[in-house]
Amino acid sequence: MTAYSALLRKDLRVELRTLRSLPAMALFAITAFVIFRFGLDRERLSGELAAGVLIPTLLFAALLAINRLFVAEREEGGFDLIRLAPVDRTVLFAAKASALVVYLVVLELVAVPIFALFFLDSASGLLPLALVLLLANVGLAATGTVISTIATMSSARDLLAPLILLPLLVPLVVAAAGAGEHLLAEGGPDYGRFGTWLGLLGLYDLIFLLVGYATFDFLLDD
Amino acid sequence: MMERTAAVEEAGPAGRELEPAIELAELRRDFGDRTALAGVDLRAEPGASIAVLGPNGSGKSTLLRILAGLLRPSGGRVSVLGCDLPGETHRLRGRVGYLGHEPLLYRDLSPLENLELVAALHGIDPGRAGARIAALLETVGMSARAGDRVAELSAGMKQRVDICRAVLHEPELLLLDEPDAHLDPEARRRLAPLIAAGEGRTRVVVSHDRDAAAEGADFTLELG
Repeated sequence: MTAYSALLRKDLRVELRTLRSLPAMALFAITAFVIFRFGLDRERLSGELAAGVLIPTLLFAALLAINRLFVAEREEGGFDLIRLAPVDRTVLFAAKASALVVYLVVLELVAVPIFALFFLDSASGLLPLALVLLLANVGLAATGTVISTIATMSSARDLLAPLILLPLLVPLVVAAAGAGEHLLAEGGPDYGRFGTWLGLLGLYDLIFLLVGYATFDFLLDD
Repeated sequence: MMERTAAVEEAGPAGRELEPAIELAELRRDFGDRTALAGVDLRAEPGASIAVLGPNGSGKSTLLRILAGLLRPSGGRVSVLGCDLPGETHRLRGRVGYLGHEPLLYRDLSPLENLELVAALHGIDPGRAGARIAALLETVGMSARAGDRVAELSAGMKQRVDICRAVLHEPELLLLDEPDAHLDPEARRRLAPLIAAGEGRTRVVVSHDRDAAAEGADFTLELG
């Protein structure tokens, strides 16, 4: 077993055993959909409004997991275990980001069908939307892992993660909501600028994966 | 500003010219305005056993973390197993066994899962790791509880598992912060061979108990 697979397996095993993040994320998303349904007083959403409800809700639900991502490392000595071991420390970045992607996929498997039941006339845009969400998940996981590491080293960690992370996620949300707006359009998906938005999401992912890879080693220094 | 000093000590028989396992010169560590360590000099040859003594807050645990490469020194020269720290910390990784104040164990994993994770991080072949983990757990009397969550174990049991974790990869240097903490006399007896110095393995033990620390130590380092 490689260090990467061992660390990823550890995170998934602990989450399955304790259910500290996933139920809270799903509950948050469902509650937000209920609030939107009654707050907007709309039974059906489409286009930019549908994307504007779905994407930010998933993002805020993800913050719950991002805030908890390194709790065990901080409180149970996981950072020291990595520092003492003869492994490239970016392995921890890769494992944490992968775990976050898994959490987000599970969240979306629960939340998106409920969103569709609450608000959508047709499910025809959901399949291509899965590709958008997958690309958004990678970018969110890469950025979230880097910022969560920085926040973990600070005494204001609960405040710091959302304050730094949210501005950095604006381009990601714009691109994901832009793609989602056309896929959830009234009357069915419109693929006019779909490629452009996917390209933007891919570029965002690439940049923040490279930023994480280049900086993570320094972030773990005392 | 508080100044702390340590006695200059030298280990090993006079006249032998070995590359030292640990060499410290004017080591200093500050935390903001507070000085935790200052003017610490030490030279220890491979295989030596060093007891570090001193009152609370004298910098004993800080010294161990610096030697493990977990903390950067603020000044002075630090060489551990031929690696100049902090510049060559990457060369030291995997060669040190560190036992801190708090166990480096994930509470929601079992002792077995924790040790398997550490073995994977140290690149130990899974077959060899399985046999070694089983032997270590047997030695410390934890085989029957190997599948329980660490959170469910007593402090003494956690300490036994953490000692297994520290020695699992057969380190060249053992850094032990109060290794006898929470252990009953029977457990101390069982664990003593696991954390002994010798056969090229250097050992640094931090303790408040002067008699316990001096037992088996080649020399002592006084801090504070």
